[in-house]
Amino acid sequence: MEPFVTPAAVDTKLRVEHVNIVFDRDGKSTPVLNDISLEVGDGEFVCLLGPSGCGKSTLLSTMAGFLSPTSGEIKIDGEAVRGPDPRRIFVFQERGVFPWLTVEGNIGFGLFKLPRAERERRIAYYVKMVGLEGFERTYPPELSGGMKQRLEVARALAVNPDMLFLDEPFGALDSITRLIMRGELLRIWEAERKTVIFVTHDIDEAVQLADRVVVMSARPATIQQIVNIDIPHPRDISSPRYLELRDGIFKQIGLAHKL
Amino acid sequence: MKSLAEPKKWERYFWPILVSALFLALWHYSVIWTATRIFPSPLDVERGMAELLRENVLWGDIADSLRRVAIGFGAAVVLGIPLGLTFGWYPPVNQVVNPTMQILRPISPIAWIPVSIIFFGVGDDAAIFLIFLGAFFPIVVACVDGVSNVPSVSRRAGRNFGLAPWQLLAKVVFPAALPQIIVGLRIALGIAWLVVVAAEMIAVESGLGYLIIDSRNSGKRYDLVVAAMLLIGLIGLTLDLGFRRLERIKSVRWGFRNES
Repeated sequence: MEPFVTPAAVDTKLRVEHVNIVFDRDGKSTPVLNDISLEVGDGEFVCLLGPSGCGKSTLLSTMAGFLSPTSGEIKIDGEAVRGPDPRRIFVFQERGVFPWLTVEGNIGFGLFKLPRAERERRIAYYVKMVGLEGFERTYPPELSGGMKQRLEVARALAVNPDMLFLDEPFGALDSITRLIMRGELLRIWEAERKTVIFVTHDIDEAVQLADRVVVMSARPATIQQIVNIDIPHPRDISSPRYLELRDGIFKQIGLAHKL
Repeated sequence: MKSLAEPKKWERYFWPILVSALFLALWHYSVIWTATRIFPSPLDVERGMAELLRENVLWGDIADSLRRVAIGFGAAVVLGIPLGLTFGWYPPVNQVVNPTMQILRPISPIAWIPVSIIFFGVGDDAAIFLIFLGAFFPIVVACVDGVSNVPSVSRRAGRNFGLAPWQLLAKVVFPAALPQIIVGLRIALGIAWLVVVAAEMIAVESGLGYLIIDSRNSGKRYDLVVAAMLLIGLIGLTLDLGFRRLERIKSVRWGFRNES
């Protein structure tokens, strides 16, 4: 039985090559990322896990093209990343949905180049996929936190990207909604098989979702360890293997704090 | 949603009307007790208002004042919004322009009266120019602030979906800044209405401001003065209430609530 895919078995989607990032602020330079190298396979679900403020969100923003590395390079499909691209959508930890557009308007936001009929077909499809039927004409302030997050995921999926970058997308939700949302995300991921890079500081979340967990150290961030989560979905979160992997990462993070 | 503390429907009208009635009563009896011969009582004012209506001068004055505000405010909107958006969109431009604007902004439009008469002569254009000045700066400032307050998350999301810069401005930055721009427009309209009255006292010979000065100068008709004042207040209130309706449009309402 081989429930998980090793990166070697599939095409490489994303390649991070010796990336360093140094922030210059008020004449002081702060190193944020220290020689990060990473490969992510096509269709893989990878979690970047690390303590708050370690630079994992910076790494994600760099992969998405919002920041450029001080040195090193990020390549997607063999091409160097030069800026944001509709083929790779970033889902923000803050409320990234547009409050001035309805649910329909938000989902259709990235579809402005499509003919009207196709646009409407896709909007209807993704409204249904994330369970927002009946709310098509509703504005985001009237939606719950979980619905807003689902809306943002739907807006991202609607443009049919081949990668999703998720920056602590469920961080602001209550713990019950968060658990439901993880299930939803896995269901969508299994249906659409996008490559997903998911940033979190929640060890349980990482072990529940990812094929591989990239454990990062405190700032300046280095990759401390990459853990393969060899448990098939749906994952039993009380199984000995789950607890073993989780506790292993706990120890790893504990070491990071003792540096 | 109805909360327990929310007043009943009749109470929402009853108390404000009571306060207005008390104010009128206070005014009425103050005039009687002080036995003044100059200041009119509410009844004198009401008779004065009726007289103005009978003589058919009032509608012309109201129309003139509103027309000047419409042109002056309209010009300020047409020029101020694009300029404000541009300054907000290009921070380097704003840095260059801002100091000059901050010096011009606190100058009351009233102080511009002599200058505007030099530019435009005594007449409509001078008054309209003053209204324009009064409305222009608050609109520009509201746009600059509105644009620079657009969360970077929204801009990034817009760029992520492949929007060209002008599309980003039209589809993300402008709608995101719109609630703040509407607040600026409302303030600017209020100022325009303040300025029109002042401008009409000096630069022109029609309008509600002129009516006030004219009523005083030709026979000390203080009943007409106060009647015109009340009318100015009522029209100002109507303009503001009308503008407030814009805040209820669904695509901007999110910006006017504390919860969201």
